[in-house]
Amino acid sequence: MSVELSHYLMVGAILFSIGLYVALAKRNAVGILMGIELMFNAVNLTLIAFSRFVSPPTDVSGHVFVVFVITVAAAEAALALALAMVIYRNRETIDIDKINLMRW
Amino acid sequence: MEDVGSIVAFWVLSVVTVGAALMVVAVRNLIHAVLFLILSFIGVAGLYITLSADFVAITQILIYAGAISVLILFAVMLTPRAARDNAETFLQLPGLVLAALVGVTVGAIALVTDWNEATRGPFSETAAAIGEALLDKYVLPFEIASVILLAAMVGAIVLVRED
Repeated sequence: MSVELSHYLMVGAILFSIGLYVALAKRNAVGILMGIELMFNAVNLTLIAFSRFVSPPTDVSGHVFVVFVITVAAAEAALALALAMVIYRNRETIDIDKINLMRW
Repeated sequence: MEDVGSIVAFWVLSVVTVGAALMVVAVRNLIHAVLFLILSFIGVAGLYITLSADFVAITQILIYAGAISVLILFAVMLTPRAARDNAETFLQLPGLVLAALVGVTVGAIALVTDWNEATRGPFSETAAAIGEALLDKYVLPFEIASVILLAAMVGAIVLVRED
């Protein structure tokens, strides 16, 4: 047996669902960010797998797209952690159950 | 067509990546969860290498396993009085159901679709081709990405500044 496209897609799907669960269910704001990063990784893995198995070998568009995704993910991580720091400074917690400023 | 080494590498790296991601869910200490997240990032970088994406693999190590992990660790360390127990909210059961549904749906679609696979070339280096593409075909997104990074940096500094 050899490693085919579907193997990589299955790994990407499993990784994405784990990241989705972490982003939905974790109570710590940093934990939620970790779930989002896991989902980014799953999507990037899928893009690279398609670039390897579907597009012609000389086309690197998938790789370029992944580089852009990583760039935006880095910017998003920096901003999200800055927001977590601001919330911690004002509320002394980053537990999202206790951050209820917008509750009516 | 493929040698035994790359098949073994794929399975080992897949088990490491998915296992570390599961440990991110399972461990009870937030610091340990971050460390398992780094392991998962490194496993994904190895999977990139098995897909002959050498430049993206190095970028993954540098940005994810290096920069973003350090940022997350800093955020944990700089919130000393916050809970470190990595616990779940009341959304645990709905989150589990939704994540399982999404995973099963995406996996089933990935299995039944005919992806019209092209012939794979041999492993080749991609850094030069990516550099040319970034400065030729994708030069406008490249410049926009630099503006996004600048805006994110200014925004992060303004947000956390003591005043």
